[in-house]
Amino acid sequence: MQDLRSPLSKVKGLGSAKDGTHHFWHQRLTSLLLIPLVLWLGFSLAAMPLEHVALLEWIRQPFVTVALLLLIFAVFYHAKLGLQVVIEDYVGTHSRRTLMLLLSSFLCLLIGIVGVVSVLKIAFGA
Amino acid sequence: MAEFTLPANSVVKPGKLVKAPEGTTNVRRFVVYRYDPDDGQNPRTDTYEVDMDSCGPMVLDALLKIKDEMDSTLSLRRSCREGICGSCSMNIDGANTLACTQSIATIKGDVKVYPLPHQPVVKDLVSDLTNFYAQYAAIEPWMKTDTATPPDRERLQSRADREKLDGLYECILCACCSTSCPSYWWNGDRYLGPAALLNAYRWIVDSRDEATGERLDELEDPFKLYRCHTIMNCTKVCPKGLNPAKAIAATKKLLVQRKM
Repeated sequence: MQDLRSPLSKVKGLGSAKDGTHHFWHQRLTSLLLIPLVLWLGFSLAAMPLEHVALLEWIRQPFVTVALLLLIFAVFYHAKLGLQVVIEDYVGTHSRRTLMLLLSSFLCLLIGIVGVVSVLKIAFGA
Repeated sequence: MAEFTLPANSVVKPGKLVKAPEGTTNVRRFVVYRYDPDDGQNPRTDTYEVDMDSCGPMVLDALLKIKDEMDSTLSLRRSCREGICGSCSMNIDGANTLACTQSIATIKGDVKVYPLPHQPVVKDLVSDLTNFYAQYAAIEPWMKTDTATPPDRERLQSRADREKLDGLYECILCACCSTSCPSYWWNGDRYLGPAALLNAYRWIVDSRDEATGERLDELEDPFKLYRCHTIMNCTKVCPKGLNPAKAIAATKKLLVQRKM
Protein backbone atom coordinates (compact mmCIF):
# COMPACT_ATOMS: atom_id res chain seq x y z
CA MET A 1 0.00 0.00 0.00
CA GLN A 2 1.14 3.50 -0.74
CA ASP A 3 2.45 5.43 2.25
CA LEU A 4 0.50 8.66 2.42
CA ARG A 5 2.35 10.23 5.37
CA SER A 6 4.36 13.32 4.48
CA PRO A 7 8.18 13.10 4.66
CA LEU A 8 8.18 15.79 7.37
CA SER A 9 5.72 13.81 9.49
CA LYS A 10 7.95 10.74 9.21
CA VAL A 11 11.07 12.70 10.21
CA LYS A 12 9.32 14.31 13.19
CA GLY A 13 8.12 10.85 14.24
CA LEU A 14 7.22 10.67 17.91
CA GLY A 15 9.11 13.89 18.67
CA SER A 16 12.10 14.48 20.88
CA ALA A 17 12.65 12.12 23.81
CA LYS A 18 14.19 15.08 25.73
CA ASP A 19 16.85 12.64 26.83
CA GLY A 20 20.32 11.51 25.86
CA THR A 21 22.45 14.24 27.43
CA HIS A 22 22.49 12.35 30.71
CA HIS A 23 23.77 9.25 28.89
CA PHE A 24 26.34 11.25 26.92
CA TRP A 25 27.68 13.02 30.02
CA HIS A 26 27.83 9.90 32.21
CA GLN A 27 29.63 7.94 29.49
CA ARG A 28 32.33 10.61 29.46
CA LEU A 29 32.51 10.92 33.26
CA THR A 30 32.93 7.16 33.70
CA SER A 31 35.58 6.99 30.98
CA LEU A 32 37.54 9.77 32.74
CA LEU A 33 37.21 7.98 36.06
CA LEU A 34 38.38 4.71 34.52
CA ILE A 35 41.71 6.12 33.30
CA PRO A 36 43.32 6.44 36.78
CA LEU A 37 41.48 3.43 38.21
CA VAL A 38 42.53 0.99 35.49
CA LEU A 39 46.13 2.28 35.57
CA TRP A 40 46.16 1.89 39.36
CA LEU A 41 44.80 -1.68 39.16
CA GLY A 42 47.29 -2.68 36.46
CA PHE A 43 50.34 -1.27 38.25
CA SER A 44 49.21 -2.63 41.63
CA LEU A 45 48.71 -6.15 40.33
CA ALA A 46 52.00 -6.05 38.43
CA ALA A 47 53.88 -5.03 41.59
CA MET A 48 52.32 -7.73 43.73
CA PRO A 49 53.32 -11.36 44.29
CA LEU A 50 50.50 -13.28 42.62
CA GLU A 51 49.44 -15.55 45.45
CA HIS A 52 46.06 -16.00 47.09
CA VAL A 53 46.76 -14.82 50.65
CA ALA A 54 48.67 -11.72 49.56
CA LEU A 55 45.86 -10.78 47.21
CA LEU A 56 43.23 -11.16 49.97
CA GLU A 57 45.31 -9.04 52.34
CA TRP A 58 45.66 -6.39 49.66
CA ILE A 59 41.93 -6.25 48.96
CA ARG A 60 41.18 -5.93 52.71
CA GLN A 61 42.98 -2.58 52.93
CA PRO A 62 40.24 0.08 53.21
CA PHE A 63 41.63 2.23 50.39
CA VAL A 64 41.90 -0.76 48.04
CA THR A 65 38.37 -1.96 48.90
CA VAL A 66 36.92 1.46 48.13
CA ALA A 67 38.92 1.85 44.92
CA LEU A 68 37.94 -1.63 43.71
CA LEU A 69 34.24 -0.94 44.38
CA LEU A 70 34.53 2.33 42.50
CA LEU A 71 36.30 0.57 39.64
CA ILE A 72 33.65 -2.16 39.41
CA PHE A 73 30.88 0.43 39.43
CA ALA A 74 32.57 2.57 36.76
CA VAL A 75 33.43 -0.41 34.53
CA PHE A 76 29.95 -1.90 34.46
CA TYR A 77 28.10 1.39 34.30
CA HIS A 78 30.35 2.41 31.40
CA ALA A 79 29.85 -1.00 29.77
CA LYS A 80 26.07 -0.67 30.10
CA LEU A 81 26.14 2.78 28.47
CA GLY A 82 28.49 1.62 25.71
CA LEU A 83 26.55 -1.54 24.90
CA GLN A 84 23.39 0.58 24.73
CA VAL A 85 24.98 2.75 22.01
CA VAL A 86 26.12 -0.28 20.00
CA ILE A 87 22.69 -1.91 20.20
CA GLU A 88 20.87 1.31 19.29
CA ASP A 89 23.24 1.75 16.33
CA TYR A 90 23.00 -1.69 14.83
CA VAL A 91 19.76 -3.36 15.93
CA GLY A 92 16.96 -1.88 13.87
CA THR A 93 13.89 -3.89 14.82
CA HIS A 94 12.23 -2.12 17.74
CA SER A 95 11.18 -5.21 19.68
CA ARG A 96 14.55 -6.90 19.27
CA ARG A 97 16.34 -3.70 20.23
CA THR A 98 14.28 -3.34 23.43
CA LEU A 99 14.93 -6.97 24.35
CA MET A 100 18.69 -6.65 23.80
CA LEU A 101 18.85 -3.39 25.75
CA LEU A 102 17.11 -5.06 28.69
CA LEU A 103 19.36 -8.13 28.50
CA SER A 104 22.59 -6.10 28.31
CA SER A 105 21.51 -3.87 31.22
CA PHE A 106 20.62 -6.86 33.40
CA LEU A 107 23.86 -8.61 32.50
CA CYS A 108 25.97 -5.57 33.44
CA LEU A 109 24.02 -5.15 36.68
CA LEU A 110 24.37 -8.83 37.53
CA ILE A 111 28.11 -9.06 36.91
CA GLY A 112 28.63 -5.74 38.69
CA ILE A 113 26.77 -6.95 41.79
CA VAL A 114 28.72 -10.22 41.76
CA GLY A 115 31.93 -8.15 41.72
CA VAL A 116 30.79 -5.85 44.53
CA VAL A 117 29.63 -8.73 46.73
CA SER A 118 32.92 -10.56 46.13
CA VAL A 119 35.02 -7.56 47.18
CA LEU A 120 32.83 -6.89 50.23
CA LYS A 121 32.94 -10.55 51.25
CA ILE A 122 36.73 -10.49 51.15
CA ALA A 123 36.88 -7.11 52.91
CA PHE A 124 34.52 -7.96 55.75
CA GLY A 125 34.70 -11.77 55.68
CA ALA A 126 36.39 -13.76 58.40
CA MET B 1 18.88 -1.47 10.50
CA ALA B 2 22.54 -1.91 9.75
CA GLU B 3 22.94 -3.57 6.37
CA PHE B 4 26.39 -4.83 5.49
CA THR B 5 25.57 -6.62 2.25
CA LEU B 6 23.51 -5.47 -0.70
CA PRO B 7 20.17 -7.18 -1.43
CA ALA B 8 20.41 -9.54 -4.43
CA ASN B 9 18.64 -7.12 -6.77
CA SER B 10 20.99 -4.27 -5.80
CA VAL B 11 24.31 -6.05 -6.44
CA VAL B 12 26.25 -3.98 -8.96
CA LYS B 13 27.33 -5.92 -12.08
CA PRO B 14 29.84 -4.95 -14.76
CA GLY B 15 28.23 -3.17 -17.73
CA LYS B 16 29.34 -2.06 -21.19
CA LEU B 17 32.54 -0.40 -22.37
CA VAL B 18 32.27 2.65 -24.61
CA LYS B 19 35.62 3.18 -26.31
CA ALA B 20 37.16 6.52 -27.22
CA PRO B 21 37.17 7.45 -30.95
CA GLU B 22 40.05 6.11 -33.09
CA GLY B 23 43.26 8.09 -32.86
CA THR B 24 42.60 9.53 -29.40
CA THR B 25 45.79 9.64 -27.37
CA ASN B 26 44.92 11.26 -24.03
CA VAL B 27 42.25 8.94 -22.56
CA ARG B 28 40.84 8.58 -19.04
CA ARG B 29 38.44 5.79 -18.09
CA PHE B 30 35.27 6.70 -16.19
CA VAL B 31 33.48 3.84 -14.43
CA VAL B 32 29.95 5.07 -13.86
CA TYR B 33 27.14 3.49 -11.81
CA ARG B 34 24.02 2.93 -13.92
CA TYR B 35 20.58 1.98 -12.68
CA ASP B 36 17.21 2.25 -14.36
CA PRO B 37 14.22 1.37 -12.15
CA ASP B 38 12.07 0.69 -15.23
CA ASP B 39 14.09 -2.09 -16.88
CA GLY B 40 14.03 -4.55 -13.95
CA GLN B 41 17.79 -5.14 -14.24
CA ASN B 42 20.42 -4.98 -11.51
CA PRO B 43 22.56 -1.85 -11.30
CA ARG B 44 25.73 -2.00 -13.42
CA THR B 45 28.90 0.01 -13.97
CA ASP B 46 29.46 1.25 -17.51
CA THR B 47 32.98 2.25 -18.52
CA TYR B 48 33.55 5.26 -20.76
CA GLU B 49 36.88 6.18 -22.33
CA VAL B 50 36.89 9.95 -22.45
CA ASP B 51 39.17 12.00 -24.69
CA MET B 52 40.78 14.40 -22.21
CA ASP B 53 42.13 16.68 -24.97
CA SER B 54 38.59 17.87 -25.62
CA CYS B 55 37.28 17.71 -22.03
CA GLY B 56 37.19 20.25 -19.20
CA PRO B 57 39.18 19.70 -16.00
CA MET B 58 36.39 18.66 -13.61
CA VAL B 59 34.52 15.36 -13.22
CA LEU B 60 31.27 17.15 -14.12
CA ASP B 61 32.82 18.23 -17.43
CA ALA B 62 33.58 14.59 -18.22
CA LEU B 63 30.11 13.39 -17.18
CA LEU B 64 28.45 16.01 -19.37
CA LYS B 65 30.76 15.10 -22.25
CA ILE B 66 29.74 11.46 -21.80
CA LYS B 67 26.07 12.42 -21.79
CA ASP B 68 26.41 14.77 -24.79
CA GLU B 69 28.69 12.71 -27.00
CA MET B 70 28.80 9.07 -25.87
CA ASP B 71 25.63 7.98 -24.05
CA SER B 72 22.62 10.26 -23.76
CA THR B 73 20.83 7.81 -21.40
CA LEU B 74 23.09 8.80 -18.47
CA SER B 75 21.13 10.72 -15.81
CA LEU B 76 22.67 13.16 -13.36
CA ARG B 77 21.72 16.35 -11.56
CA ARG B 78 23.70 19.54 -12.07
CA SER B 79 23.02 23.22 -12.23
CA CYS B 80 25.54 25.92 -11.35
CA ARG B 81 28.78 24.04 -12.26
CA GLU B 82 30.71 26.14 -9.70
CA GLY B 83 30.09 24.56 -6.28
CA ILE B 84 27.28 26.76 -5.02
CA CYS B 85 24.07 24.89 -5.84
CA GLY B 86 24.90 21.47 -4.40
CA SER B 87 23.10 19.57 -7.17
CA CYS B 88 25.92 17.42 -8.53
CA SER B 89 26.89 15.77 -5.24
CA MET B 90 27.90 12.17 -5.81
CA ASN B 91 30.46 9.60 -4.74
CA ILE B 92 33.64 10.06 -6.77
CA ASP B 93 36.76 7.95 -6.25
CA GLY B 94 35.26 6.63 -3.01
CA ALA B 95 34.37 9.94 -1.37
CA ASN B 96 31.29 12.13 -1.54
CA THR B 97 31.92 15.44 -3.25
CA LEU B 98 30.63 17.81 -5.91
CA ALA B 99 31.40 16.65 -9.43
CA CYS B 100 31.82 20.27 -10.54
CA THR B 101 34.64 21.08 -8.11
CA GLN B 102 36.39 17.69 -8.18
CA SER B 103 39.33 17.82 -10.53
CA ILE B 104 39.99 14.77 -12.68
CA ALA B 105 43.77 15.22 -12.58
CA THR B 106 43.99 14.59 -8.82
CA ILE B 107 42.34 11.16 -9.14
CA LYS B 108 44.62 8.19 -9.75
CA GLY B 109 43.56 5.39 -12.11
CA ASP B 110 39.99 4.90 -13.31
CA VAL B 111 37.53 7.55 -12.14
CA LYS B 112 34.77 5.71 -10.29
CA VAL B 113 31.48 7.60 -10.07
CA TYR B 114 28.57 6.39 -7.92
CA PRO B 115 25.47 8.10 -6.51
CA LEU B 116 25.47 9.26 -2.87
CA PRO B 117 25.72 6.20 -0.60
CA HIS B 118 22.76 4.59 1.15
CA GLN B 119 20.03 6.69 -0.44
CA PRO B 120 17.30 5.38 -2.74
CA VAL B 121 18.40 5.77 -6.36
CA VAL B 122 15.96 7.45 -8.75
CA LYS B 123 18.13 6.72 -11.80
CA ASP B 124 21.90 6.41 -12.37
CA LEU B 125 23.58 9.18 -10.34
CA VAL B 126 20.34 10.78 -9.15
CA SER B 127 19.48 9.84 -5.59
CA ASP B 128 16.21 10.52 -3.78
CA LEU B 129 16.88 13.12 -1.06
CA THR B 130 13.28 13.50 0.15
CA ASN B 131 14.15 12.35 3.68
CA PHE B 132 17.23 14.61 3.75
CA TYR B 133 15.22 17.70 2.80
CA ALA B 134 12.47 16.82 5.29
CA GLN B 135 15.13 16.66 8.01
CA TYR B 136 16.25 20.15 7.09
CA ALA B 137 12.63 21.35 7.27
CA ALA B 138 12.24 19.63 10.65
CA ILE B 139 14.89 21.81 12.32
CA GLU B 140 12.77 24.86 11.35
CA PRO B 141 15.55 26.85 9.66
CA TRP B 142 14.14 30.33 10.08
CA MET B 143 14.38 33.04 12.72
CA LYS B 144 11.97 32.67 15.63
CA THR B 145 11.38 35.61 17.92
CA ASP B 146 8.91 36.84 20.51
CA THR B 147 10.19 40.39 20.36
CA ALA B 148 8.44 42.31 17.59
CA THR B 149 10.53 43.45 14.62
CA PRO B 150 11.78 47.01 15.17
CA PRO B 151 9.50 49.25 13.06
CA ASP B 152 12.27 51.37 11.60
CA ARG B 153 15.20 49.02 11.00
CA GLU B 154 16.39 45.43 10.80
CA ARG B 155 17.28 43.30 13.87
CA LEU B 156 20.80 44.29 14.77
CA GLN B 157 23.64 41.92 15.49
CA SER B 158 27.13 42.72 16.77
CA ARG B 159 30.05 42.01 14.53
CA ALA B 160 31.29 39.36 17.00
CA ASP B 161 27.90 37.61 17.02
CA ARG B 162 27.73 37.67 13.24
CA GLU B 163 31.13 35.98 13.08
CA LYS B 164 29.70 33.01 15.01
CA LEU B 165 27.67 32.17 11.90
CA ASP B 166 30.76 31.89 9.70
CA GLY B 167 31.42 28.27 8.79
CA LEU B 168 27.72 27.50 9.26
CA TYR B 169 25.68 29.67 6.91
CA GLU B 170 27.71 28.54 3.87
CA CYS B 171 26.10 25.07 3.83
CA ILE B 172 24.57 24.36 0.41
CA LEU B 173 22.66 21.21 1.45
CA CYS B 174 24.42 18.97 -1.07
CA ALA B 175 24.06 15.99 1.35
CA CYS B 176 27.71 14.91 0.95
CA CYS B 177 28.18 14.94 4.75
CA SER B 178 25.01 13.18 5.85
CA THR B 179 25.31 10.41 3.26
CA SER B 180 28.95 9.78 4.22
CA CYS B 181 28.03 9.14 7.86
CA PRO B 182 27.70 5.48 8.96
CA SER B 183 25.31 6.49 11.75
CA TYR B 184 23.17 8.13 9.08
CA TRP B 185 23.32 4.97 6.94
CA TRP B 186 22.08 2.76 9.79
CA ASN B 187 19.61 5.16 11.42
CA GLY B 188 18.90 7.84 8.81
CA ASP B 189 15.17 7.56 9.51
CA ARG B 190 15.64 8.92 13.05
CA TYR B 191 19.13 10.50 13.19
CA LEU B 192 18.93 14.00 11.68
CA GLY B 193 22.42 13.76 10.18
CA PRO B 194 25.30 16.28 10.07
CA ALA B 195 23.76 18.67 7.52
CA ALA B 196 20.51 19.22 9.43
CA LEU B 197 22.39 19.42 12.74
CA LEU B 198 24.88 21.97 11.39
CA ASN B 199 21.96 24.09 10.22
CA ALA B 200 20.17 23.61 13.56
CA TYR B 201 23.30 24.93 15.29
CA ARG B 202 23.42 27.86 12.87
CA TRP B 203 20.08 29.00 14.39
CA ILE B 204 21.01 28.01 17.94
CA VAL B 205 24.00 30.39 17.93
CA ASP B 206 22.25 33.19 16.05
CA SER B 207 22.14 36.05 18.59
CA ARG B 208 18.87 37.36 17.09
CA ASP B 209 16.97 34.09 17.53
CA GLU B 210 14.85 33.75 20.67
CA ALA B 211 14.00 30.05 20.46
CA THR B 212 17.40 28.66 21.50
CA GLY B 213 15.95 26.59 24.35
CA GLU B 214 13.16 25.12 22.25
CA ARG B 215 15.65 24.27 19.50
CA LEU B 216 17.88 22.45 22.02
CA ASP B 217 14.81 20.67 23.44
CA GLU B 218 13.94 19.39 19.98
CA LEU B 219 17.46 18.04 19.40
CA GLU B 220 17.88 16.41 22.82
CA ASP B 221 17.13 12.87 21.77
CA PRO B 222 19.16 9.64 21.67
CA PHE B 223 18.50 9.34 17.93
CA LYS B 224 17.96 12.83 16.50
CA LEU B 225 21.31 14.15 17.86
CA TYR B 226 23.17 11.55 19.90
CA ARG B 227 23.67 9.05 17.06
CA CYS B 228 26.66 11.24 16.22
CA HIS B 229 29.73 9.37 17.46
CA THR B 230 32.24 11.91 16.14
CA ILE B 231 33.25 9.69 13.23
CA MET B 232 34.18 12.90 11.31
CA ASN B 233 33.40 11.64 7.80
CA CYS B 234 31.12 14.68 7.47
CA THR B 235 33.96 17.14 8.05
CA LYS B 236 36.32 15.14 5.87
CA VAL B 237 34.08 15.20 2.80
CA CYS B 238 32.36 18.61 3.03
CA PRO B 239 33.09 20.22 -0.36
CA LYS B 240 32.62 23.66 1.20
CA GLY B 241 35.23 22.96 3.90
CA LEU B 242 32.70 23.25 6.75
CA ASN B 243 32.89 21.33 10.01
CA PRO B 244 29.52 19.75 10.91
CA ALA B 245 31.19 17.53 13.56
CA LYS B 246 32.32 20.64 15.44
CA ALA B 247 28.82 22.16 15.28
CA ILE B 248 27.33 18.92 16.65
CA ALA B 249 29.94 18.80 19.44
CA ALA B 250 29.11 22.42 20.30
CA THR B 251 25.40 21.54 20.45
CA LYS B 252 26.12 18.65 22.83
CA LYS B 253 28.23 21.00 24.93
CA LEU B 254 25.35 23.48 25.21
CA LEU B 255 23.01 20.66 26.27
CA VAL B 256 25.42 19.65 29.06
CA GLN B 257 26.01 23.29 29.98
CA ARG B 258 22.34 24.04 30.57
CA LYS B 259 22.12 21.18 33.07
CA MET B 260 24.92 22.52 35.29
